[in-house]
Amino acid sequence: MQCTFSDGLIKKIERLDGFGTEICRISLGLKNQCETGFFLTPRVEFAQTIRMEGGPRSSYRYRQGSRIITPETGDIQEEVIMKKSVILGALTVAGVMAGAAQAATLDDVKARGSLKCGSNSGLTGFAAPNANGEWEGFDVAVCRAVAAAVLGDPQAAEFVPTTPKTRFTALASGEVDMLVRNTTWTLTRDVDLKFTFTGVNYYDGQGFMVPKALGVSSAKELDGATVCIQTGTTTELNLADYFRTNNMNYEPVPIETNAEAQQQYLAGACDVYTTDASGLAATRASFEAPSDHVILPEIISKEPLGPLVRHGDDEWGDIVRWTLNALVAAEEFGITSTNIEELAKGTDNPEINRILGTEGNMGELLGLDAEWAKRAIMAGGNYGEIFEKNIGESTPIGLARGLNAQWKDGGLQYAPPFR
Amino acid sequence: MASVTDSQGGSFRLSMLLYDSRYRSATIQIVALIGFLLLIGWLVNNTVQNLAELGKTVGFGFLGDRAGYDINQRLLEYSSADSHLRAALLGLLNTLLIAVMGCIAATIVGVVVGILRLSNNWLVARIMTVYVEMFRNVPVLLWIVLSMAILIETLPAPSAFRGDTPSASMLFGDNVALTNRGIYVPEPLFGKVDEEGVHTSWRHGIGDLHFFGDASLRFDLSLDLVAILATLIAGLMVSGLIKRRADRVQAATGLRPVTWYWRTGVIVVPVIVLLWVLGLHFGKPELRGFNFQGGTHLRNSFIALWLALSLYTAAFVAEIVRGGILAISSGQTEAAAALGLRPRRIMSLVVLPQALRVIIPPLISQYLNLTKNSSLAIAVGYMDLTGTLMGITLNQTGRELETVLLTMLIYLLISLAISGAMNVYNNSVKLKER
Repeated sequence: MQCTFSDGLIKKIERLDGFGTEICRISLGLKNQCETGFFLTPRVEFAQTIRMEGGPRSSYRYRQGSRIITPETGDIQEEVIMKKSVILGALTVAGVMAGAAQAATLDDVKARGSLKCGSNSGLTGFAAPNANGEWEGFDVAVCRAVAAAVLGDPQAAEFVPTTPKTRFTALASGEVDMLVRNTTWTLTRDVDLKFTFTGVNYYDGQGFMVPKALGVSSAKELDGATVCIQTGTTTELNLADYFRTNNMNYEPVPIETNAEAQQQYLAGACDVYTTDASGLAATRASFEAPSDHVILPEIISKEPLGPLVRHGDDEWGDIVRWTLNALVAAEEFGITSTNIEELAKGTDNPEINRILGTEGNMGELLGLDAEWAKRAIMAGGNYGEIFEKNIGESTPIGLARGLNAQWKDGGLQYAPPFR
Repeated sequence: MASVTDSQGGSFRLSMLLYDSRYRSATIQIVALIGFLLLIGWLVNNTVQNLAELGKTVGFGFLGDRAGYDINQRLLEYSSADSHLRAALLGLLNTLLIAVMGCIAATIVGVVVGILRLSNNWLVARIMTVYVEMFRNVPVLLWIVLSMAILIETLPAPSAFRGDTPSASMLFGDNVALTNRGIYVPEPLFGKVDEEGVHTSWRHGIGDLHFFGDASLRFDLSLDLVAILATLIAGLMVSGLIKRRADRVQAATGLRPVTWYWRTGVIVVPVIVLLWVLGLHFGKPELRGFNFQGGTHLRNSFIALWLALSLYTAAFVAEIVRGGILAISSGQTEAAAALGLRPRRIMSLVVLPQALRVIIPPLISQYLNLTKNSSLAIAVGYMDLTGTLMGITLNQTGRELETVLLTMLIYLLISLAISGAMNVYNNSVKLKER
């Protein structure tokens, strides 16, 4: 039995016993044509699972329409396993591209009709399913905005819950199209793990939470305290450095999970719980009596959290980056979900016109239509509206804008010009 | 017949390797060995090649880097500025501590329960059966987590000891505090030399001996402890001399002189005098700031792990002990009873010495199990070797292969050491064949 891809790369199919699946052997026969690897975009209709054996290193599982990134070097044999009906059905491969000349993720998302976002497995205010099972939150809103910009429907975003350990694998393997999961932008993640951070949607830092009854008002008063901390995170190192530089002692209680840490903290087995300040606020909001706990003013580290995409697909990265920028710029120029229809008819401000697509060809440059940013802003409002609705001072989480205010208000949120 | 003479007189042929029973087994073994070596070679080659592709090189240089994290239970002095190697060493000591304490407690509890299971008292025997069945049929991880949860949820927080009308109070004359952060007990201290080098009293400790300067493996040896141990050993030896003299007197005259007060005295009195000279006093735990300060802090991670591991392993030890005792034929007991020995003496003089021969070999496996199970410590945040070297160090340096191999090697060495020591003991109690 012979199956042909459009450029004839698949050599033969063998029967795999016991699995009800058939196997295609593809020989790429390409060597070192680009630095980051080969990109293969199988347009395989009806495929359930495509598995690639990437040489001796490991095997990955991909869903339909996902991009397969092969290992860097060598003459590689891939095995694509798919349902028999698939082989008999339409089987085409768009082609093997050397490098990332084509915006593969954008095409995949459009073909699939949904955007897959890696999200937190549940952090109130940032990403958590509500009573109706719909995901909502500050991080979720970014994803919905991208879905609205690309697909025209904020509800076309699908959320894949990830843990700190699985998040990077999920993104690198193509299981998700983008990751919006309070992930700190660091050099190693950007460079070594081969991701592209597309901006910062929340400027965070490590903070401390204590029960009000302790009467502590500053982290400098924590000498001798017992501190609950999630082990194996950067917060552990920040904590050690902070107490060391301030010449204070503490008793670390290393804990495996956030839920366990809450239990120990609430039982009084530790005086202090430390993690990112936004995480503290969200955790506190889930307590029975949130007002009995106070988050200390000291922030002891820089944790810029933002969405990220795979390295090498710059077109897709640009779309995510500028969607976020559009949300921030919308707040700066006073575009809100209530007045956007009015403003979209045309204004005197050319910048607003360019954002909303009544002037210039910004959408076309991004590979989208003219109203992409308008839809993104309408999905959940501008950056300020999203902030206030999910984590702002009127919500149980009650975070102040602080560093996340617009640059004009003394914050760090600063969108580059739309021009 | 011709075929027989053929094979004897004929020269060696290659097919004889397979068809001649003289060579066949050797051939198969050599082929299997070559296959095995090829497999190992392939695994090593595969690992090295993949690591090279990832741009990672195998090396242990990271052990010298700054660890950057803190460890709560420290048997040696340590700070976050120390190296990963020292963090691993502290983790190793914590592992050894829990292993030794666990083995001791498991043995004591196990032997008692094992004997009580054979008791004629229906209630006692049944209670022990329930204990054994409960503990050995539930995974040890659940016992560890349950112990921790009980300690955290039932005991009062340190803040409960504060205020004019505290809801919790210290026990044993303000000496012991039970909190949900652990148990604080008084610690033995020796008289110190004050800052100007003048002794506040002529009674003071000898001090410490420091080894290895600033190296990662540096440690202090307490000379006070060495002196106490030396005095104790000397006392035991003198006591042995007194016993031998009493044996001689008894052999010569038939009358055994009463020596128990002499023998106790030579052991206890010198130690007490030495402790007094060293200025022994106890540092009480006191509530200062957020926590109790002073005293020895037994963290609840340690207590939970110790309790759960000991009780779990003790259930197995109890079965081993019961089996060992049942293995001694009842004729032995009856014969001893006929000689007029009381039940307790029958157990200690006749049954147990013989039962030990049956008990020791499976007991070694239980000690090894307990030591390896101690790696579940991370479930309650006890910083053992798995928590430091294979936990945080691995996470922070990304050196998976090296840290895992190193941890495996260390556990292997600990297990071999336990096994070796127990085999020596087994040889000393096993049946001497003459």
